[in-house]
Amino acid sequence: MIPELGHFALILALLLALVQSVLPLVGAQRGNRTLMAVARPATQGQFVFVALAFGCLAWSFLANDFSVLNVARNSYSRLPEVYRLTATWGSHEGSLLMWVLILGFWSSAVAIFSRHLPEDMVARVLGIMGLISVGFLAFLLTTSNPFERLVPAAPDGNDLNPLLQDWGMILHPPMLYMGYVGFAVAFAFAIAALLSGKLDAAWARWSRPWTTVAWAFLTLGIVLGSWWAYRELGWGGWWFWDPTENASFMPWIAGTALIHSLAVTEKRGAFKAWTVLLALTAFSLSLLGTFLVRSGVLSSVHAFATDPARGAFILGFLAVVIGGSLVLYAWRAPKMITGGGFSWFSRESLLLANNVILIAALGAVLLGTLYPLFMDAMGLGKISVGPPYFNAVFVPLMAPALFLMGVGPLVRWKEGSLPDAWTRLKWALGVAVVAAVLLPLTLDGFKPWASLGFFLAVWITLAVAVAFRDRLRHGGGSVAHRLGTLPRGFWGMQLAHFGMAVGIAGIAVVANYESERDVRMDVGSYAELAGYTFTFHGASEREGPNYRAARGTLEVTRNGKHVATLHPEKRLYNASGMAMTEAAVHPNLFRDIYVAMGEQLDEQGAWSVRLFHKPFINWLWLGAVFMVVGGFLAASDRRYRIALRRSELPRGLAAQGAGA
Amino acid sequence: MKRWVPLVAFLILVGFFAKGLFLNPREVPSPLIDRPAPAFELPLVGNDAASFSPADMRGKVWLLNVWAPWCVSCRQEHPVLMQIAQSGRVSIVGLNWKDRDREAAMLLARSGSPYLAVAEDLDGRVGIDYGVTGTPETYVIDREGFVRMKHIGPISPDVWKQKFEPKLKELGA
Repeated sequence: MIPELGHFALILALLLALVQSVLPLVGAQRGNRTLMAVARPATQGQFVFVALAFGCLAWSFLANDFSVLNVARNSYSRLPEVYRLTATWGSHEGSLLMWVLILGFWSSAVAIFSRHLPEDMVARVLGIMGLISVGFLAFLLTTSNPFERLVPAAPDGNDLNPLLQDWGMILHPPMLYMGYVGFAVAFAFAIAALLSGKLDAAWARWSRPWTTVAWAFLTLGIVLGSWWAYRELGWGGWWFWDPTENASFMPWIAGTALIHSLAVTEKRGAFKAWTVLLALTAFSLSLLGTFLVRSGVLSSVHAFATDPARGAFILGFLAVVIGGSLVLYAWRAPKMITGGGFSWFSRESLLLANNVILIAALGAVLLGTLYPLFMDAMGLGKISVGPPYFNAVFVPLMAPALFLMGVGPLVRWKEGSLPDAWTRLKWALGVAVVAAVLLPLTLDGFKPWASLGFFLAVWITLAVAVAFRDRLRHGGGSVAHRLGTLPRGFWGMQLAHFGMAVGIAGIAVVANYESERDVRMDVGSYAELAGYTFTFHGASEREGPNYRAARGTLEVTRNGKHVATLHPEKRLYNASGMAMTEAAVHPNLFRDIYVAMGEQLDEQGAWSVRLFHKPFINWLWLGAVFMVVGGFLAASDRRYRIALRRSELPRGLAAQGAGA
Repeated sequence: MKRWVPLVAFLILVGFFAKGLFLNPREVPSPLIDRPAPAFELPLVGNDAASFSPADMRGKVWLLNVWAPWCVSCRQEHPVLMQIAQSGRVSIVGLNWKDRDREAAMLLARSGSPYLAVAEDLDGRVGIDYGVTGTPETYVIDREGFVRMKHIGPISPDVWKQKFEPKLKELGA
């Protein structure tokens, strides 16, 4: 009964999405206020019904209803409750339902926090988002019904893929989708602006906080995915340039370019056409990512739906949405008049350089991801493009952009002064160069890539410090007071840039100075790595809720002093028969000690064990956290909240608006 | 003109996607299909004095299973191979690929051997002749010594039913 209710709710949601898209769009075109007014209630209604459907699916999982095909395939009676809940979005169908749910959430949020926008703009934006909902709901209902029944019911389920039974995976998909789908808002604003022909700077101001929030979520989602891969795959790697990872990384690069380009369009009215194109690109890449992952057009370790019918549907949808928006763009582009000019050395020109580099890097990643497909489609054989290509192309491309990151925020709009920038930054540059030479020597020898990383990290950090010093020089009161008066937009940007510096430092160290060993360990034997001694005390059997595990015990000491006792596990999952490596990690700010069990080697209890020393790896996650917090801070800047308060809305809603 | 560039680039991309949708990215076609299986003569695992050559199998449909003791997915398919061997449906010959530590004999003694014989391809030369990209891989070879099918990856009960059974029937085994 409950699954049918969910199915029915999904159909109603599709109908409401049709209403949400068609009526307001027609109304906006004809200037009919009654039709435009349909947008908000229809959006809210659509969200409620999608949420109901999602709730029904979650209930089916929690209640172990194995008469639902999706549940039987992806859950198991002995699966712990929390994973039964997350299994809701562990399957292809469930994750698409979550996609639609989050799209509904964003649409609803736009409906609530848009009281200050012109009525026709709201109608168009919600209408466009409704059209996207229509596409995805139709996709769900026609090719990927999450509520399909299984007759007769299965006695028990096949279990959730053990790889997904980890709490990094609980949060990774929702956060990633918040980012992916969040770009739909920027996309809808851009299309609405193109449709109305009013391509002034206003739409840039409206869509800017939304884009920044989506970007922050996407950053969080990507990092959670990376953190999950690091801990769960047992290889100690944190980025594999896998097509699925690239699928999430490409919208992130486009989104990063977009938030910078939006800044120029908002403040100076320049780059209008470019910004619109980036807004279209960021969301198009989100759709492309969904297509790549969901259609199985590129094989990947974790693409989990290979079905041509689904692929054909998404491709058709992709062609309509992206193709349509690019036609609209080409048609309207001549109407976009670019505002104020700027000199060759100004914040505009530096941001433009940043954009060009980011797009070049995006192109390189896109090419590497799709190259195997091109070759295959043209009958030139099967090849795969691996990390060597990406590292060789991406790192040198990004280095100049990261250098400019230090300069850009310190240069004035319109007409900057190179001598002035030099005066303010020469010490930072000097210190960064010295650090680049000396810091690698404090570690395990000089390595050029590590040196470059240190240079950029120190350079960006000092540039952030210089920016704060410049801001604090003026104004009265104590330093703390003056810090308090700095706008959140400024804090957000600086924090995000500093996060980047911290992340770069982490990558530079871990990529160049990590060490690992594959050792055979008899009970009582020891191995050494990076100054640590690992003593193996054997492995014992352990019963988990839905698996059996061999649980190793390793004592880690350094210079005879106890550091940690680690328990890596090799698990065999009952239902699927899959073996999984559960690594044990002892983290601190300066290194991770990471141990993973290989295979049992003989009857006496010897195991092959993989030992890793990962210096500074946690700086990577820490830097990403700064970036995410920075994004949220920037989006909560006062000037966006003032815009909300100025509008004539009831008290309660105004308070909600201020919290956004 | 410039404003049409993004659209054109996108349309080209869509063309490739449409084509790519109907290709199977997992299927690396083997040039060996319907060709005679490359000949070789290798010593047997656990008995260097004896040797194996595909010519020994003339007149029989058989499977050549490329595996290695260090390969995890080979262990996954091991129970399936055991079942096939016990059913007597078809003979399986193992090719022990690049087993530098010489662990195969010990492993088979401990967990049972589904193989009629296991040839020792220590330096991986025969693997190159057969175009082995990784372990496990299984070749179906017919009575005349022609390769009729190649499967990459472990054999699961499903794969066996859907891929191998029909092929074996067709070859009259």
